[in-house]
Amino acid sequence: MKRVITVNVINQSGVLNRVTGLLMKRQFNIESITVGHTEQPNISKMTLVVNIEDDVKLEQLIKQLSKQIDVLKVNDITDKAIVLRELALVKVVSPPNLRLEMNAIVEPFRPQIVDTSKNVVTYQVIGHPDKIDAFIELVRPYGIKELTRTGVTATVREVQQNFYDQPTLSLLK
Amino acid sequence: MTANASTNAKIDATPAEMQKIENKPKNGAEILIQALQEQGVDIVFGYPGGAVLHLYDAMYKNPIRHILTRHEQGAIHAAEGYARVLNKPGVVIATSGPGATNLVTGITDAMIDSIPLVIFTGQVATNVIGSDAFQEADIIGITTPITKHNYQVQDVNDIPRIVKEAFHIANTGRKGPVLIDLPKNISNAIFDESKANVPDEVYLPGYQPTYKPNYLQIQKAIQAISEAKKPVVLVGAGVLFANASEELVEFVEKYKLPVVTTLLGLGSIPGNHELNYGMGGMHGAVVANNAITESDLIINIGSRFDDRLTGDTSRFAPKAKIIHIDIDPAEIGKNIRTDIPIVADAKEALKSLLKNDFKAPDTAGWIDYLNNMRTEYPYWYVEDEKEMLPQQVIEMIHTITNGDAIVTTDVGQHQMWTAQYYLQNHSHQWVTSGGLGTMGFGFPAAIGAQFAKPDKKVISIVGDAGFQMTAQELALLKEFNLPVKVIIINNAALGMVRQWQELFYESRYSQSLMPVQPDFVKLAEAYGLKGYCIRNMDEAEKILTEAINSDEPVVVDCRVKQLENVYPMVPSGKALHEMVGVKRI
Ligand SMILES: Cc1ncc(C[n+]2csc(CCOP(=O)(O)OP(=O)(O)O)c2C)c(N)n1
Repeated sequence: MKRVITVNVINQSGVLNRVTGLLMKRQFNIESITVGHTEQPNISKMTLVVNIEDDVKLEQLIKQLSKQIDVLKVNDITDKAIVLRELALVKVVSPPNLRLEMNAIVEPFRPQIVDTSKNVVTYQVIGHPDKIDAFIELVRPYGIKELTRTGVTATVREVQQNFYDQPTLSLLK
Repeated sequence: MTANASTNAKIDATPAEMQKIENKPKNGAEILIQALQEQGVDIVFGYPGGAVLHLYDAMYKNPIRHILTRHEQGAIHAAEGYARVLNKPGVVIATSGPGATNLVTGITDAMIDSIPLVIFTGQVATNVIGSDAFQEADIIGITTPITKHNYQVQDVNDIPRIVKEAFHIANTGRKGPVLIDLPKNISNAIFDESKANVPDEVYLPGYQPTYKPNYLQIQKAIQAISEAKKPVVLVGAGVLFANASEELVEFVEKYKLPVVTTLLGLGSIPGNHELNYGMGGMHGAVVANNAITESDLIINIGSRFDDRLTGDTSRFAPKAKIIHIDIDPAEIGKNIRTDIPIVADAKEALKSLLKNDFKAPDTAGWIDYLNNMRTEYPYWYVEDEKEMLPQQVIEMIHTITNGDAIVTTDVGQHQMWTAQYYLQNHSHQWVTSGGLGTMGFGFPAAIGAQFAKPDKKVISIVGDAGFQMTAQELALLKEFNLPVKVIIINNAALGMVRQWQELFYESRYSQSLMPVQPDFVKLAEAYGLKGYCIRNMDEAEKILTEAINSDEPVVVDCRVKQLENVYPMVPSGKALHEMVGVKRI
C-alpha cells in the first residue's frame, strides 16, 4: 500500500541523510521525497510517499523515524482529508502542425506552457500525482523528450469529515 | 608545536601567574576537556593523531586520565567494557580518517547492544572538508546509521552544549553511542563564553524518552498476570541498563514468576536463583526454551526479541499472550506481535507493578513442571579420557571465583559455554558482545572493566582466534599492571564456524582450522607478563587457581578438545522447541 507520511525535522545538517539512510537500511521503498522550509524557522518538513507491505511495517517506519533525535513529528496523513500536489515539467515533441491539436487535448489539465521551440513544447502541470500520471499518458504518444517531477508535497485540510461517518477512502491507490 | 604550548601550567606558578593563566582565553580543545570534567569523566580511552593534537595538548595539562590503547578498536571496546560495568558512558577519542574508521566496528557493537558511549573524532579543518584532504573521512556519513546521534562541531562556542547533549542522549532512553566530530581548526579556535549557549537542563524537542509506564497498560498487564497459568518473565539487558535487578527479583519472588533471560540479560537475577531457569535462545537451556514455548503469558522486560533468542519468530511462544515492556517504542511489535505494549523504563515499570498489590497467579504446578524439566535436561557434556573439555575449564573458573568475578567473553563457542556454565551472582559483571557478535571484543572489554572496577577480579574468557584480533592490548596489562586474567579456550579452530560446518556442511572445514598459532605463553612473556599453558584438568585446577588468585595479570592458554560442540542448539530457522542435542548421549 502507498502511504503519505510527513516528517517535521530540525533543520540540522545531516538530518536528510539520517532519514533517507534509515529508510534504505530498513528496506523501505520510497516513491518520492520532498523537503522544504516551513513557517517555523529551523524546521523543515519532508513529505514521503512510500510503498509499504503491511501495518506492522508501517508502524515500524513511523517509530523508527520518530526515534531520530532531530525528528520532531511524524504523521501518516494518508487517510485524512488532504491536499496532495506535485509539479511536473514535461517536454513533448510538438511539430507546428500538431501543436493546436495538442494544446486542445491537454486543456482540461490546465498546464502552462513554460518553454517552446520550433518542434518542442514544455508543459508545466501541477496537481495530484494521479492527474500528472494521466497527463503524461495523454501526451506520451506525441513523444516525451524529457520528464521531471518534483515529488509530492501535502497538507492536511482544515476541515476533516467525521472519521466514523466516512468510508475509508484513500486518496492514493 | 603552536604558540599555545607556552600556556603549559607551571607547577610553581605564583598566584598572580595562575590568575593570568586562568584568565587566558581557552581554545576549543580546552573547553572540550572542561566540558568532559563537568560530565564527571575521569577516564578516556583513545589514540592520538594529527587532527586531535590540540585536544591531546589540552589533555597534557589536565587531570583527565587518558588510556593509550594499541589500536583504536581496543580503545572503543575498552570503553564498552567500562560502560557495561559502571552503566555510564565510556569515552573514546580518535584522530580523523583511519583513527575514526578503526572505531566503526566498536560503534556498531555499542549501537546494537545499546551501550552508552561518547566518541570524539578529529576531523580535517573546516575549510578543507570535502576536498579529500589528508586523513579526511566522512565519519558523519559513515556513522549515521550506527550512532544514536552524531554531531560535527561547526562553531567552537557550541562545544559545551554539544558535549552536554551528547552525554544526555548517550545515557538516557535507550542508551547508545553518540559521536562528536571535531574539525582541527575548531579545536584551536578561541572560545567566547558570551556566545556559548549552554542550557542548565538539556532540552531536545525531538527526544523525550518515556520513563513512566501508562497506568492503563499496567492495569492490563496486572490482569493478564493474575489470570496466567504459565507465565514467564523474559529478561533482557534493559533491566540492567535501568539498574532494576532488585526490583526484578522482588517482583518475581512476590508473584512466583519463572524467569528466563537473554544472553545480555544474564546477571539481572542471580544465576542460581530458584526462579531463574537460565538463558533462552539458540544455545539456551532446554527448560528455558520449553518454558517460552509452553507459556501462556510472556512478560518481556527490556529484551528486543532478537532472532538468536526467538528462533523462528512465526512459531515463537505460540500459546502465549505477550506483554512487552521496553523503553524504545520501536522495539515493540518489531519482531514479535505484542498484546500489551508498555513503553517505559524497566525500573519504573517494575516499580509500578510492585506498587499494585494484585492477585498472584497460581503457578505452583507450572513451577513443578519446570523444575522437573530443569533436573531432567541440564547442560551436559561427555568427559573425554584424553582431552580437556572447554566446559570443564569454565566450570573450574566458576568454582574458583565462586561466580563473583566480572567475566568478559569474546565471540564463538567459548562465549556460549561461558554463558551456560558461568552462573553470575551479581548484575553488571557480565560483558559480552551480543547483537553484533564482534570477535576481538572480549579482551579489550576486560581492560575497560578492570579500569572501571580496579578492585574486582576480571576474567576474560576468549577464543584463540578472536583473541588474536586484539591481542596487542596485552601491552596495557603490563603498563598499568592491570590484573586481568586472560583465559584462552584454545581449540586451534574458529570453533563456532567449524561447528556449523560440521553440522550443516558435512564437516567440510573450509578455513575454520587454525593449525598455526602463536605460542601464547611466549606472547605473554614478550609483553612482560606471566603465561601458562594447560592441557589437562589436573594442571587446570592447580594453575587456574594460582593464576586467578594472583594479583597480577596472567595469560593462560587452555588446550581443549578441538571437535567439541555447543549444545543444546536451535538450528537456524527452527523454532525453540526444535532443539537438538538436548540430552547426554
Ligand atoms: C569480527 C568477526 N569476524 C568473523 C566472525 C564470525 N565468527 C563467529 S564465531 C567465529 C569463530 C571464533 O573462533 P574463536 O575465537 O577461536 O572462538 P571459538 O568459537 O573457537 O570458541 C567466527 C569466525 C565474527 N563473529 N566476528
